[in-house]
Amino acid sequence: MTVLDLDSRILQRRKLWRRINRSTGIHLGGGLLALIAAIALLAPLLAPHDPIAQDLTRRLLPPFWQAGSDPAHWLGTDNLGRDYLSRLIFGARVSLGIGLGVTLCAGLIGTMLGLLAGYFGGKTDMLISFIITTRLSLPIVLVALAAVALGGASLQTLAIVLSLLLWDRFAVVVRSATQGLRNREFVQATVSFGASSLHVMLRGILPNLRNTLIVVATLEVANVILLEAALSFLGLGARPPTPSWGLMIAEGREHILFDPWLIALPGSALCLLILAVNLLGDGVRDALDATSS
Amino acid sequence: MLPFLARRLIVAALVALAVSMVAFGLMFVAGDPAVVLAGQAGRAQDVEMIRQAYGLDRPLPVQFLGWIGRALTGNFGTSLYFNLPVATIIGERLPVTLMLGSVAFLLAILVSVPLGIAASLKPGGLLDRAALLLAVLGQAIPSFWLGLILIVVFGVWWGLVPISGTESWQGYILPVIVLSYYAMPALMRLTRAGMIEVLGADYIRTARAKGLARLRILMVHALRNAVLPLVSLAAVQFGMMLSGSIVIESVFAINGLGRLAWESLLRSDLPVVQAIILILSLIYVTLTTAADLVNAWLDPRLRSA
Repeated sequence: MTVLDLDSRILQRRKLWRRINRSTGIHLGGGLLALIAAIALLAPLLAPHDPIAQDLTRRLLPPFWQAGSDPAHWLGTDNLGRDYLSRLIFGARVSLGIGLGVTLCAGLIGTMLGLLAGYFGGKTDMLISFIITTRLSLPIVLVALAAVALGGASLQTLAIVLSLLLWDRFAVVVRSATQGLRNREFVQATVSFGASSLHVMLRGILPNLRNTLIVVATLEVANVILLEAALSFLGLGARPPTPSWGLMIAEGREHILFDPWLIALPGSALCLLILAVNLLGDGVRDALDATSS
Repeated sequence: MLPFLARRLIVAALVALAVSMVAFGLMFVAGDPAVVLAGQAGRAQDVEMIRQAYGLDRPLPVQFLGWIGRALTGNFGTSLYFNLPVATIIGERLPVTLMLGSVAFLLAILVSVPLGIAASLKPGGLLDRAALLLAVLGQAIPSFWLGLILIVVFGVWWGLVPISGTESWQGYILPVIVLSYYAMPALMRLTRAGMIEVLGADYIRTARAKGLARLRILMVHALRNAVLPLVSLAAVQFGMMLSGSIVIESVFAINGLGRLAWESLLRSDLPVVQAIILILSLIYVTLTTAADLVNAWLDPRLRSA
């Protein structure tokens, strides 16, 4: 690598930082996400009550903006008398935990498949592309539901099933990026030194996919969180009494006529989290696109 | 065109075969299907009887070929819950879902494509920002939650629409809106991005220099080229809407394929679930293959790929 190359790289990195500092999406999304992550991490300290402790004498207390609210239960209680604020706070743990965990596992599977297909090409590529096409053809919600229902509904089953299903976007993106990098001079040079295929893939190609992977992972986290909520809502995800936002919406559904705030609160929390993740992802993608072109 | 057509159709057939293997294999995720069918109260001799009655004692490839062979002739077995042929039950529910999906899809296209074109004319302008806001919100709001909120506002508070069921056509208004909003962001963004790219191309400048009418350039020269990626995405989105309607149907209590799938899962009615997965997958394969063929027809360069 020449001095000039190094210079231009440093320049590019500065340009990227300047873009990031100017992007409202990254600031807004990143700030909101950091806040929600902090709430999730500090949940035991922040929550005023135990999120699963029932108190049947204090069922369906209204939130603070309605008459008859109890200052001890700022956002009211659900139909089993559990403190709603505490459940919302602990719900952030479920959403973020599943979102990050599943994205990590699915990312590993997808990246590996994409690297193999893009690097070796030929028959390997044909086989892996075929697997990707097959996976894309499956109705994702239905297959996930079926697998969770048959495997026994729980958050663990849900996480495993989603990890095994949601690697497609990683595989597609990594495959085409690897195809582009495979014939570049620095990769060919490593090959000509006699480096093993594994070494070339992991040390030569993978580091160059970092930006792409960050963008895909961010968008995938939002996707996973939405799917977890939808599956829990359908009763095939988190089990009661787990404070999952999707499950809370399902539980509040019976009271939709008189207490619609029961579904409005967890739904709004979900929207805010997804919005934060998407704003951050879009912002990072735009910043990276603008600096690389 | 012919070699391309043949190659594409062979791939589609292979994918369809792989997909049917997954649908068939799902039955074995939970372990021994005979035990599942016998239920919790099943005794050892019940399990053995079921195993023989359903042919579960035969080798797997034989079972698979038997299943897929019968499925090809429209025989998906008998529902364990309704005790009716699966094909009959699905035949009643599929049109509901297809109707819901098609109307919602049409609405999504009618809103998002003009909006995407309008947004692309002045990137960063007021309309562009409004469209972007609509897209960002659409991606962030869970569709089942949006459905419930709309039921509360328009059904319970204002009493404008029935809060569930589809006895009258008004019952379809909210589900169609929710389902189409789910597909809009991606369609709108792709139309906008495609149009911005195409509008910067040399041949558009030439068309302008020739003094062609602005609308003609937009609709004939630009849209035709920007629409290529849209055809593929539209096929994917329609497939996703059919699969996504499982959530919408359960929110609005619509007796479609999605709700049937969900209820069948809850009562372990495996033959119905398998058939629905197979049918939805095959619809998706057909749609994406058709989209590829349409694209190859629109753009000859793609035929060699």
